[in-house]
This record gives sequence, structure tokens and C-alpha cells, in this order.
Amino acid sequence: MADIVELQAKNLNFYYAGNVHSLKQINVSAHRNTVTALIGPSGCGKTTLLRCFNRMHDLYPKNRYEGEILFENNNILSDGVDIIKLRSRIGMVFQKPTPFPMTIFDNIAYGLKLNGISKRSELSERVEKALKNAALWDEVRDKLNVSAYDLSGGQQQRLVIARALAVEPDILLFDEPTSALDPISTGKIEELLVQLKNDVSIIIVTHNMQQAARISDWTGFMMLGELIEYDKTDKMFTAPSEKLTEDYITGRFG
Amino acid sequence: MAIIEKRNSVDFAFSLITALASGVVVLLILGILIVLVRESWLAISHFGVVKFIKSTDWDPVKENFGAATTIFGTFVSTVLALFIAIPVAIGIAIFVTEISPNFMKEPIGIAIELLAAIPSIIYGMWGLFTLAPIMSKYIEPALKASIGAVPVVGILFQGTPMGIDMLTASVILSIMIIPFTASISRDSFNLTPAVVKESAYAIGATKWEVVKNVVLPYSKLGIYGGITLSLGRALGETMAVAFVLGNNHQITTSLFNAAATITVTLANEFTEADKDLYLSSLFYLALILFIMSFIALALAKFFLLKAERKTSR
Repeated sequence: MADIVELQAKNLNFYYAGNVHSLKQINVSAHRNTVTALIGPSGCGKTTLLRCFNRMHDLYPKNRYEGEILFENNNILSDGVDIIKLRSRIGMVFQKPTPFPMTIFDNIAYGLKLNGISKRSELSERVEKALKNAALWDEVRDKLNVSAYDLSGGQQQRLVIARALAVEPDILLFDEPTSALDPISTGKIEELLVQLKNDVSIIIVTHNMQQAARISDWTGFMMLGELIEYDKTDKMFTAPSEKLTEDYITGRFG
Repeated sequence: MAIIEKRNSVDFAFSLITALASGVVVLLILGILIVLVRESWLAISHFGVVKFIKSTDWDPVKENFGAATTIFGTFVSTVLALFIAIPVAIGIAIFVTEISPNFMKEPIGIAIELLAAIPSIIYGMWGLFTLAPIMSKYIEPALKASIGAVPVVGILFQGTPMGIDMLTASVILSIMIIPFTASISRDSFNLTPAVVKESAYAIGATKWEVVKNVVLPYSKLGIYGGITLSLGRALGETMAVAFVLGNNHQITTSLFNAAATITVTLANEFTEADKDLYLSSLFYLALILFIMSFIALALAKFFLLKAERKTSR
């Protein structure tokens, strides 16, 4: 598999409203068809960084980016970028499952409809495909028309992943997607992520170092708004180059 | 053991006081109902139930009374007011919660609450001296010339635009109920979890799409609640409407005609009711309003329960 850089942050700085300097000179890249994990203690900026990649920070006033994030040779932080389109190329899954107040079918069809697909047959086809890709199809095929709230937490999270997959993004961002789930559901999601990287590039923020070690190909370790170290996961967890990384991974703090 | 006993007796006294306080409410409702029935008994036995409700007569001289005109007036003014107020109120709520920049949110919120704090008689005076002339001079002629020419809907806008009519009364009523609907809708919009909104944005939804497909379905319950409150207020509102409604007991299709609501009739005619049957008929109207409000509230509760079951399950 050729090593292609899908997304690259260059000298990225981010300020929350009120000039809180939350990301400092971040240089990091995500490679196509790989899982990149971002780890670090609470408040280190890993979620803030993740939310830069689909410009989620734009929803709230007075947040400010500096530097570049390159995606297909375009800087997605520039003014001319169509954020709505960007977000359909770079999807996101959150900590807690966030089904919409609709049926299971409509939850997934919703994103497709937003992107201009309205033919019933095509919708059903794409919904089924997304549910299969998210390993949920067998559990819900007979109840597509019940409310998404009827599903268990783990199922809801896979539904949300299916919803994000349905619009066929290039990159999926995961913000601690298993932190609200039980171990069995967590296992299913981890398995799913490893499969999914054949179709999309994945960037995942996780609190759980074992999770990062299990599923990621690349790992970035962050602290206090800075990227301390970024390398292949195998190397990071066996022979980190930075003392801080080693201390964190071996559980000396964090 | 003494300590435990003492605590129990304090506890008992406390429970008793709260129970009494709640009991007063129930007793009051029953008491009002009993008074209304007793006072209107003469009219009930004289006119019957169906006949009184169906009769369009209101003739104090011949002592011939019926409720149809005032029930019609109450119903039409309330529905029309809700029809005008709901879109405006939801628009305000959407703007304040989702669209307006932060520095504007607070002032708009305060303005809405001030609108709710204005005594209704001031609305009435403003309606009579300011709104009614504007309605008769500009708005109603314009409506007559435009929608009045359209078949079917057109019959609503016929006749001489006087300004003192059903339309003006409904507009005032709608202004009065906008704050309720708006502030309750705003509160329930704010309850939509940010992360659910974010995940709609995250699959490429626009602001409008997020409001339409996520925020509104999420807050359905609260919006119904706001409308319920508005409905209750519109049914019972008296002073604001009394000034501009014209108190004319008639049923007409045009909104440019004077009309009468139950509340306005009661306010205007109690002092004139010199005969027992007249007075009793007014109490009968009050009883009907009591029952109408009760049914409206019960219906609204029923919808709320249904909506609740739908969103939680």
C-alpha cells in the first residue's frame, strides 16, 4: 500500500475565544488507509486538534486558527473553503452516541439527503451498505423504521458511524468513541475501526493507551497544546525518542 | 426515643401544611365550579344546554340569550392569534438560540420578557389609539385589495375596514402571546444537546438544516408547552380585546366585522345586567369558558404526553 499523506497540519496554532493559546506549532500528518491515534493527558489539546480538521471550532464565535491544514493540496483553513462540503468529506464521530430524533433508516438517510440523494431505491441501497460497513445491519435489518433511541448505546454508536460512512467521506475523525461504552461494545467498535481503514483514513483521539496501541498505525503524543512526539505506533510504544512520551506511556504520570 | 418522636411530629406537621396548601387549590377549583353552576342554573333550566350553545340570539330587551356568537368570537380570535403568533415566536426563538451573535441574545431576551410584563389594559389602549387607525387606514385596505380578491380565502377580508374588528383584536392578542411561546421555545431549543447539533454539522448540514431536522424535532415538547400556555392566555384575555373588538353579537365570515368574545361580553355587560335571567346567562357564559379552557388544557396535556412518549422511546 502506497504511503500517501491524506491530511497534514503545518505550523498549526489555535486560539479559543479570549485568546487562549490551545495548540502550539503543531506539525502532524495522517496517512491514507491508516489509523492515526492522538493520545495525551486531559486538557492536552488532542480533541481541540481533532476539531480543527473539520473546522468544528467555526460553530463558536471568536475561535482563531493560524497556520495550515493541507487536504488534497488545499489549505482547509483558508476563507474560501466551503465548510459544509468539507465536513461531508471529513466526517466525525463523538464521545457519546448522537443519534438524531428519527428512525434508524432516516438517521443514515439524512446525511445522504443533505448531499442531494433523493431516490428511494438509491437511499435504501446506500443505507444498507453503510449499516453493513458499520457491522450493524444484521442487528437492525428488521427494525429500520423504529426510533434510533431504541438501540443500545453500543448499537447507537455504530449507527452514528454508519451515518458518517454513508456519505462516503475520505477521512473519519473519532473523538474518544468508546469512552461511554462497555468493554464488549468497545471491542466491536475497535474491530470495526481496523476494518474501516480499508475505505477511509482514520484519526482517533483516545484516553486509552492500550486502545491506541491495539488499533493505530501512527500515534501522536500531545501535552499542554504541543505535539511532543509523532511516530509509527510500534516504535512509539516500544522505543519512544522523547523522555516525556516514555514517562506517559509507562504510566509515570497522566 | 424522644428525639425520634419529636422529629416525627415535626415531619407530620410539615406534611400536613403542604397537603393543606395543595388541598386549597383543589377546593378553589371545585368552589368556583359550584358557584358558576349555581348562578347559571336559572339560565340553564330556561334555555337548556344544546339550545343555548346553538342559539345566536343575544337580546337583553326580550331576554333571549344564546352563546353561539361569543363562543364563535372566542374561538376565532384565539385561533387567528395563535396562527399569527406561532411562526413569529418560533422565528424569534430560532434567531436568539442559533443565529444571533452573543451580544444580542441578552437584550432580545429581556425585550421579550418586558413584552410579557406589560399589563393587558395598556395593550388595549395602544390597540384602540394606535393599531386600530393603522389597521383601518393601511393594512386592512391592502388585505382587501390583495387577498380579498382571491376566491374562498377572500371572504375573510370583505366589508368596510373599520379597525375595530376581529382582525385587530387577533393581532393584539397575538402580540400578547408571542412572549410566552417565544421564551418557552427558546428554553427548549437550548436543551438540544450541543453534541447532537454538532454531529449534524459534521455530516455537512447547514444551519437551517440543523434547526429544521434536529433542533425543532428535539424541542417539539417544549414548543407544544409554549403554545398551550398561549392558548390558555388567549382564551381568557379580556382587557386588550375589549377595546378593539366592538362587542357586537354576530357571526360573520369577514374579519373586518366587530364581534364579541365571552370574556369581553362578561366585562362589558355585568353592570348592565338588571334582570335575573340576564345575569344568570352571563354566568352561564362564564361556565362555558371555564369548560372550554379546561378542555383546551386537557387536549394540550394529551398531546404533550403523546409527544413525550414519542421522543423518549
